[in-house]
Amino acid sequence: MSENLINLYYVINANDFSAAGEASGNVKKKLVQLGIDPAIIKKTAISMYEAEMNAFIHANGGEINVEISNNRIVIVISDKGPGIADLDLAMKEGYSTASDKVREMGFGAGMGLPNIKRYSDELDIQTEVGKGTTVRIIVYIN
Amino acid sequence: MKLHEIIEILKAEVLTGDRESQMEILSACGSDLMSDVMAYVKDNVLLLTGLINPQVIRTAEVMDIKVVAFVRGKIPDSNILELAREKDITVIRTEYPMFIACGKLYKAGITGRGADC
Ligand SMILES: Nc1ncnc2c1ncn2[C@@H]1O[C@H](COP(=O)(O)OP(=O)(O)O)[C@@H](O)[C@H]1O
Ligand SMILES: [Mg+2]
Repeated sequence: MSENLINLYYVINANDFSAAGEASGNVKKKLVQLGIDPAIIKKTAISMYEAEMNAFIHANGGEINVEISNNRIVIVISDKGPGIADLDLAMKEGYSTASDKVREMGFGAGMGLPNIKRYSDELDIQTEVGKGTTVRIIVYIN
Repeated sequence: MKLHEIIEILKAEVLTGDRESQMEILSACGSDLMSDVMAYVKDNVLLLTGLINPQVIRTAEVMDIKVVAFVRGKIPDSNILELAREKDITVIRTEYPMFIACGKLYKAGITGRGADC
């Protein structure tokens, strides 16, 4: 099941707004090259981009590990940010702690985590206040 | 509707891409919040936004949106346009504010929902 494994690693730099989201674009390109179904690529790219932007906006950046195998894409985004105190609340549509400054940048609609939930096949979030957050997203290829 | 017709309706300036484009546009989404744009998936979408930054192009990329229209006469800077060219995204700009731009396109027949916005 896990032959042809591709591993990709990216750092999310907290100081470079224009580069944020670049990793998601790269993974998308890779999936296109692999000839994966466009609908699956879109689900993957949106989920990863929202999580990447969350790490950038809420957690001072972080890192991303992507594993592409024959039957699934696994994306793990981890940060050493403030963590999420109430995850159920954070998952609600429209809930956001983003500052006005972040909103002016087009984020902070409180739709990121709900979007990830909607588009991924599996979502697991491990978070601890003061320690950080790890978001694990799985999208199945078949 | 063809993209070149949209360009005419919006009296838009073409900043990247082809002004005579025959690309078919079926629906549009007008929003300044990128997560709202990503909430619903549709094909052949035009994104109208008053937000000017590289994340607009990145959002378009993940959504397979091929055309971005900046409204209210805003002018994107060169690194945004460079990113758009790299991603093969057409960028146009119109003097019309968001409401008017959307209204004109809706009236002209673009009634398909792009996103819930
Ligand atoms: N990586 C993270 N680190 C800390 N807090 C986070 C992280 N991701 C999400 N959050 C919290 O969850 C809330 C909801 O996230 P999301 O649905 O993506 O909305 P938004 O990013 O627009 O605020 C955020 O406002 C923030 O409080
Ligand atoms: Mg978010």
